[in-house]
Amino acid sequence: MTQLVLEQLLNGLQFGLMLFLIASGLTLVFGIMDMINLSHGSLYMGGAYLGAAAAQASGSFVIGLCAAMLGMAVIGIVLELLLLRRLYLRDHLAQVLATFALILIANDLVRMIWGPQPLMLNPPAALAGPVELFGFSYPAYRLLIIAIGLAVALLLYLLVSHTRVGMWVRAGAANRTMAECMGVDVRWLFTGLFALGAALAAAAGTLLGPLLAVQVGMGENILILAFVVIVIGGIGSIRGALVGALLVGVVDTLGRALLPTLLRAVSAPEVAGHLGPALASIMIYLLMAAILFWRPQGLFPARA
Amino acid sequence: MSALLEVRNLAAAYGESQVLFDIGLTVREGEVATLLGRNGMGKSSTVRAICGMLPLLPVGGGELRFAGRSIAGERPDRIARLGVALVPEGRQVFANLTVREHLAAFAANRFNRPDPWTADKVFAFFPQLAERQHHLGNRLSGGEQQMLAIGRALTTNPRLLILDEATEGLAPLIREEIWTCLASLRAAGQTILVIDKYVERLIALADHHSIVEKGRIVWQGSSAALDADHGIWHRYLGV
Repeated sequence: MTQLVLEQLLNGLQFGLMLFLIASGLTLVFGIMDMINLSHGSLYMGGAYLGAAAAQASGSFVIGLCAAMLGMAVIGIVLELLLLRRLYLRDHLAQVLATFALILIANDLVRMIWGPQPLMLNPPAALAGPVELFGFSYPAYRLLIIAIGLAVALLLYLLVSHTRVGMWVRAGAANRTMAECMGVDVRWLFTGLFALGAALAAAAGTLLGPLLAVQVGMGENILILAFVVIVIGGIGSIRGALVGALLVGVVDTLGRALLPTLLRAVSAPEVAGHLGPALASIMIYLLMAAILFWRPQGLFPARA
Repeated sequence: MSALLEVRNLAAAYGESQVLFDIGLTVREGEVATLLGRNGMGKSSTVRAICGMLPLLPVGGGELRFAGRSIAGERPDRIARLGVALVPEGRQVFANLTVREHLAAFAANRFNRPDPWTADKVFAFFPQLAERQHHLGNRLSGGEQQMLAIGRALTTNPRLLILDEATEGLAPLIREEIWTCLASLRAAGQTILVIDKYVERLIALADHHSIVEKGRIVWQGSSAALDADHGIWHRYLGV
């Protein structure tokens, strides 16, 4: 049992860190520009497809990962300059409609290029096997994902907390007008941020590719989770996105793995069989409701 | 002395409702100028227009020149980088930046001023802030926030410093501290445009005054002229 919990905790950590890669871009876009970008999940999907295609063509997972990040950063910049920039001053309904259209376009574009079948993406050969860890074996590839996730979180932390650009980002998230009055060109800052967010979402897509299927529509499921994460963490806060992502990752993974077992121990098998999976899938929403009841602005609100 | 800021026939509106009809004023290099008037007459709107936050009317919006070039239609960040620094109404410190970060994030010396303002120089100017340099902006008292807003503007080493209601809502002792600080900035040669309501203090501090009523400049003159005619105070300032 301890081993199962430990293993699921690691899985939760790994899933949470990938959620963080996706949510960090989303929270900054929402926090600074007050822009709801539903197409963020499409950047994740596009990254997974680009990564899988480039890895297949080159035979190297690392090249696939780099191509995905670079490619989606460029696509992100183009998207921001051509379309999203026009939406910042519009109301949320216009933003939701336009970016929902982007989801549909992206899904059909991917289907036209790669077809309706899911793509296969293999983890690097050296990491395909398991490693011994605390007396049980755990997939080496999942450990790599955890390591990359932690490294990116650390880099983002350093960028946001210890550089002038990071101060501008935080100032922009707290009070955009005042940041502009202090001479910060928030428009270009935001183009750069959007490219970074797209690259991180693409990284998450490629890294999760070998674990989940690379398929059309993969972005929508993760987008909903990412919104839960940033609402829990406080919109506009990178620290909030990290804490929220880890909470959601761990609670969701542990809930799905352990709740049915726990329920079987305390109730009739048929009740547990129905209730377990249902309860497991709403755990993160219960978590969100509880946190919002306690802190309506999320855990680390960027705005005062 | 050459004119640093020139505003001519400025007109601006929030959507359909026009708030500025005919604003004209000049601030010369090294001068302290004021903008006076009762609440809601257009002082803050004038400041917002100068800083690029309130667009001029597309037709008949008037002229806005800074350091010899037109800044009408420029974005706020561009105007700031040209050398206009704002200490805004309500102070607007960043809740998620520490005091030291406020003074480091925007620091610049774009006009190669000798002995420029730095975070450490601001701390020497406002010793109270030095004690709280690792506190977040929203953990400060009102007076400390005001000092921080002034310090933050100074670290950009601006050619023109604009203070919008810098003494509003402060305790009398803190208010005096702010006036002393403005006097020493003036002595150091800083060009300043002040919006405030303490006429006696402003007469002592400033060279030149403009009074705004219902979006129009209705009186302009020197400190001596304003001091001599208390009828103006009653008529336009309600003092």
